[in-house]
Amino acid sequence: MTEIIIIDSNSANLSSVYKAVKAAGLEAKVSDDPKIIRTARALIFPGVGSFGHAVAQIKNKGLHEPVYDAVAAGKPFLGICLGMQLLLAGSEEAGCSVEKVPGLNIIPGFSKRFPAGLPVPHVGWNLARPVIKSALFAGLEEGAYFYFTHSFYVVPANDQHAAAKTSYGLDFVSAIQSNNLFGVQFHPEKSGPAGLRLIRNFGKIIADRL
Amino acid sequence: MLAKRIIPCLDVRDGRVVKGTRFVNIRDAGDPVERAGFYSNEGADELVFLDITASVEKRRAIIDVVSKTADAVFIPLTVGGGIDSPEFMQELLQSGADKVSLNTAALNNPQLIKAGASRFGCQCIVVAIDAKRANATGKTGGSIKNLHWEVYSHGGRTPTGRDVIEWVTEAEQLGAGEILLTSMDADGTLDGYDLELLAAVTGAVKIPVIASGGAGTLEHLYEALTTGGAHAVLAASILHFGTYSIEDIKKYLSARGLPIRPTGTERYIEL
Repeated sequence: MTEIIIIDSNSANLSSVYKAVKAAGLEAKVSDDPKIIRTARALIFPGVGSFGHAVAQIKNKGLHEPVYDAVAAGKPFLGICLGMQLLLAGSEEAGCSVEKVPGLNIIPGFSKRFPAGLPVPHVGWNLARPVIKSALFAGLEEGAYFYFTHSFYVVPANDQHAAAKTSYGLDFVSAIQSNNLFGVQFHPEKSGPAGLRLIRNFGKIIADRL
Repeated sequence: MLAKRIIPCLDVRDGRVVKGTRFVNIRDAGDPVERAGFYSNEGADELVFLDITASVEKRRAIIDVVSKTADAVFIPLTVGGGIDSPEFMQELLQSGADKVSLNTAALNNPQLIKAGASRFGCQCIVVAIDAKRANATGKTGGSIKNLHWEVYSHGGRTPTGRDVIEWVTEAEQLGAGEILLTSMDADGTLDGYDLELLAAVTGAVKIPVIASGGAGTLEHLYEALTTGGAHAVLAASILHFGTYSIEDIKKYLSARGLPIRPTGTERYIEL
């Protein structure tokens, strides 16, 4: 069984995620083949770009079914940026305009655009403060700076799914967690030592499950 | 709170880092992959490679530089220089770049911004603008009423007749995620950023603006981030020749009350 499969949904940050996962000392492979994705011990779902385009890509490639199965089986799953937003019921995002688009609907809630008046996208390093005890944030409990670049943020229907929060004009949920399902709005693959630590923590979550 | 970013800029020509003064007098400043690693370890928030080779036959060399850098450096990486198609953008992004910076090609074909933004997301598209005072006698000359800046293309060699504020507004509408604004009057002088230019541009758009050109002292960086309204500062000369370290810069800006990502985060790696 391959350790981690990074789902290839034609995301622009795919190679960066792969390189960071390798640098964190974890074994990983990139695939867009539903059969191979089903063999994974854990999944990473990277993502940047437009919500509507990504949802269409996933459905066209038939990647949504193995994602549902992996989550149902309790396999460790890490969604990054858009890869997290897609786990919710929907988003206002499509391209760079605003309209409602359905997501994978694994976590109740939706993504929302930052209010007018704030510079958007929210680009740069910001503090993510864990709001629950989470293995993903081991060693980062006091909060750490991570690299963000996004115009939409998640609003989980259930506040218990919030794992970390970040302030940008308002307090938004920058990480979500539901059992072994994790999502981060920031880019651990581009967040220096703090990001590599978070990826290693994800590796430990996988190892501890065995 | 969103931290102000300190971004070393590595001008790369034929695989080497170089830095010019007022866009000429190129001086050698090292190996790009090695310099990138050095700045990342020092606490740089991001890196920009500007490939000033841009001759068609040699420009693919930048892909190799990006790929090798992305193997070892885990902070955002922007690449610019000679990018004129979504296909080349895709190659750079697949090599490990996070953003591409468009300049001359976007001026020739503004739809390139839209094409890149819709395919890779607005966050991937940086529009770089080289601006020069059009009717001022000196850096602070000219009356405010008449103050305006002209966009130059082809690495600052060709005046386009376009007004900077007009172009920056159009770029934002087409889907640019960030603006990298270089003052040609100030670049390489170490006399400080063109704060009037910065304030005019940051006042005209909602997307983040990276200030470039003219930093010589720590105070200059502070001014760009406060008076100028910039979200980030690009620095080359003051870093490459060791005038200040990233740590010096961050300590100073932090002491002046700006939100800064602290250096010394290597401790996080220990499990």
